[in-house]
Amino acid sequence: MANWDWQVFCKDTIDGEVLANCWGSGGKDISYLHWMIEAWGWTVAVSLVGLVIALVVGSLVGVMRTLPNSPWLVRLGNAWVELFRNIPLLVQVFLWYFVLPKMIPAMKGFPPFVLVVCALGFFTSARIAEQVRSGIQALPRGQRYAASAVGFTTFQSYRYVILPMAYRIIFPPLISESMNIFKNSAVAFAVSIPVLAQFYLQAGEETGAQVEMFVGVTALYIISALTVNRIMTAIEKRLRIPGFVAAGGTGGH
Amino acid sequence: MKKHLLVMAIAAIGATGVYAQANDTLAKLKTSGNISLGVRDSSALSFTLGNGKYVGFHTEMAERIVDDLNKATGKTLAITYTPVTSQNRIPLVQNGTVDLECGSTTNNMARQKDVAFAVTTYMEEVRIATKANSGIAGIKDLNGKTVATTTGTTSVQTLRRNERSSGIDFKEVMGKDHADSFLLLESGRADAFVMDGSILAANISKSKSPADFKIVGEVLSVEPIACMIRKDDPAFKTAVDNSIKRQIADGSLAKLYDKWFMQPIPPANVKIGLPMSDATKAAWANPNDKPMEAFNSK
Repeated sequence: MANWDWQVFCKDTIDGEVLANCWGSGGKDISYLHWMIEAWGWTVAVSLVGLVIALVVGSLVGVMRTLPNSPWLVRLGNAWVELFRNIPLLVQVFLWYFVLPKMIPAMKGFPPFVLVVCALGFFTSARIAEQVRSGIQALPRGQRYAASAVGFTTFQSYRYVILPMAYRIIFPPLISESMNIFKNSAVAFAVSIPVLAQFYLQAGEETGAQVEMFVGVTALYIISALTVNRIMTAIEKRLRIPGFVAAGGTGGH
Repeated sequence: MKKHLLVMAIAAIGATGVYAQANDTLAKLKTSGNISLGVRDSSALSFTLGNGKYVGFHTEMAERIVDDLNKATGKTLAITYTPVTSQNRIPLVQNGTVDLECGSTTNNMARQKDVAFAVTTYMEEVRIATKANSGIAGIKDLNGKTVATTTGTTSVQTLRRNERSSGIDFKEVMGKDHADSFLLLESGRADAFVMDGSILAANISKSKSPADFKIVGEVLSVEPIACMIRKDDPAFKTAVDNSIKRQIADGSLAKLYDKWFMQPIPPANVKIGLPMSDATKAAWANPNDKPMEAFNSK
């Protein structure tokens, strides 16, 4: 099978000598493997923080869009979704990184990591908000009325009746969204966050081992996305209520 | 099922190596009547004007090489311009998609395992660009500063090597392309931009206010830039080398240099203004295909 050279991962990143421990002593003396794992750390950090922002903001906006008797909050939520869903992700990243700090001087001091996480999180929040809204609206209207009938406030009816069911309905697309954010995190490369995508381009160029680096980076992306998938699927299984929202996810009642 | 897919995918990747057999490019050109020239989209030595038009110092030099090949093969070869990137240029030369790549490829030992290089036609010097009022005058002043460089270039490694050998510590940020790295410098996110001198000069000349930037400090590394051809094809290498030597000897290459580095050039009609370095002059005086390592031994 061609001349594959997996030893390239054990090479020192400066002089290209193969390191005995394949890892290096830290600081500036590290192997390509060490560098790749560090890049993976950045990818995971950007994705996970972005995912948390996306879930929190997405849920808030999604709920906002279904509130009864608050037309302005509904409009605000709609505007949020339209704004963040209709601008390409890469453009959003550039807006956060180059344009906003020019308009708001206080943002100049923000580390690039924060800016890119905001961009990624808010972009995904618009998609999650849309899913939360559809989950809530998929519930029979009677549930909301029943909650009011037993004297729940709006907050209580969302907390105890509507959201627990809505989240179960939208769990499968939420899993896709969490995997997507891992893959989308590669855009962080465009604003100089040393993520896996950047490692591939640089290390492939330095070592001449494009294919080996590509295989390594691809494997890490697959591992990350698959891990998220497994964790989310396990959560979905644990939360499942027999008889409601059957395995097919058809939203029976 | 999944295992089969994996094996097939690996086999498909591995198969690219199959084409990398020694072959006779001159014979191939004669039979096909067509030469595929590797060009770059945005390098200082080869770039596009849009609409499939490619120009630049190295691109025009390659066109003259093709003129000489026409005489050697007794045929007028049609030129296909194939844009390549840093990532795909070596595989494309190996598998025969590109016959002659004259972009901005550094001749180094790692690449010589896969491809061959014609004689060096340009000596790139890695330098530091900074804002004129930054007070940075050399690599020593970069301690504690943020330094930009471009992903996928040899400068990144040069920077790390210098950082270790001079015992200074700075933060690296890697732009995704040269324009992006320059934007980092321009917007103040980086204090310096370390890159090939020709690229620095070209970016400064195209910036909004070229006077705000200057190129400072020592030469961090010299890199021989040469046209890339397939390995183990001595007849083709000799033909290309002879053409380059002819262009150096009759002064036409020096005229080309003047045209692309000292005169206003498209698309913006600005001058790069980069006089020929001593290293380039030396390379022309004694045409050779020595790799980068021969110039930077410590």
